Amino acid sequence: MPQLHFQTTDEDHRIAKLTAFAIGLHLIESAFPSPLPGVKPGVANIVVLYVLQRYGIQAAVWVSLLRVFASSLLLGQFLTPTFLLSLSGAVLSLVALTIAVRLPKRYFSVITLSILAAFAHIAGQLILVRLLLIPHGSVMVLVPVFALAALFFGVVNGLITAKLLDK
Amino acid sequence: MKTQKNVSAHFNNFPKPLLGDWCIILLSLGLIVISFATLWSHQPAATLRIRAGNAVLGEYSLMQTKTLTVAGKLGKSVIEIQQGKVRFKHSPCHNQYCVHQGWLSHANQTAICIPNQISIELTGAKAAFDTLNY
Repeated sequence: MPQLHFQTTDEDHRIAKLTAFAIGLHLIESAFPSPLPGVKPGVANIVVLYVLQRYGIQAAVWVSLLRVFASSLLLGQFLTPTFLLSLSGAVLSLVALTIAVRLPKRYFSVITLSILAAFAHIAGQLILVRLLLIPHGSVMVLVPVFALAALFFGVVNGLITAKLLDK
Repeated sequence: MKTQKNVSAHFNNFPKPLLGDWCIILLSLGLIVISFATLWSHQPAATLRIRAGNAVLGEYSLMQTKTLTVAGKLGKSVIEIQQGKVRFKHSPCHNQYCVHQGWLSHANQTAICIPNQISIELTGAKAAFDTLNY
């Protein structure tokens, strides 16, 4: 049998380790019922924000997307609408983070990044819902509720990330 | 006492939002309030739009009393307009959710009959003025 050898770097190991953290947090979160479908704290994003601040956007993209694929496989949601929602949210929040990291660090901490990522996350999901799942204008009625939840959890996750980065 | 001191020290060390963070928080709170005000307003509806599948079948004023019969995928849905409100009166669908939704009268309210692929959607009066003075 031919032996497969992969050359792995230290960075690969770090990304794998951090992705495992994100997957773990996501799995724990998915075990808890949500008061309103679609409203979730998104604790896995704490890991993404931490990675972004410590190791840069490229590592954050890896961790975020690997987390989406791996946790959907573990939860049996791969290629289901849940997976597509998760992916569209993650992609849009990475786009937002790519832009937001350029904000001056003196005035904008990781809390801003967290809030903007949370808004982008819910925006990505709502756009997908509007386009594919419920192609009807009535979806927009939910925007304020989701936006309020995104702001709240964005601030909380941002504070936790700031605390983790502080150490 | 000692634990209390530790706890307060812990909270003092807790990261505080910076000036820009506060701006972002206040700005998004403002936008959320505006979105609640615009999307959750209960202004009375003025017109009714009926769709079958993706096609708009027509727009009707709510200020009339009229019964419309619309052909959907399963059969004929009967929609009743009665001076500012509208409802599905009869539907050929098996679950009758659209009929049980009852009367709709606010702007942006909708009732969708998925089995028969008929939806009714209310839109508000697009009046540009509250009052006119001369």
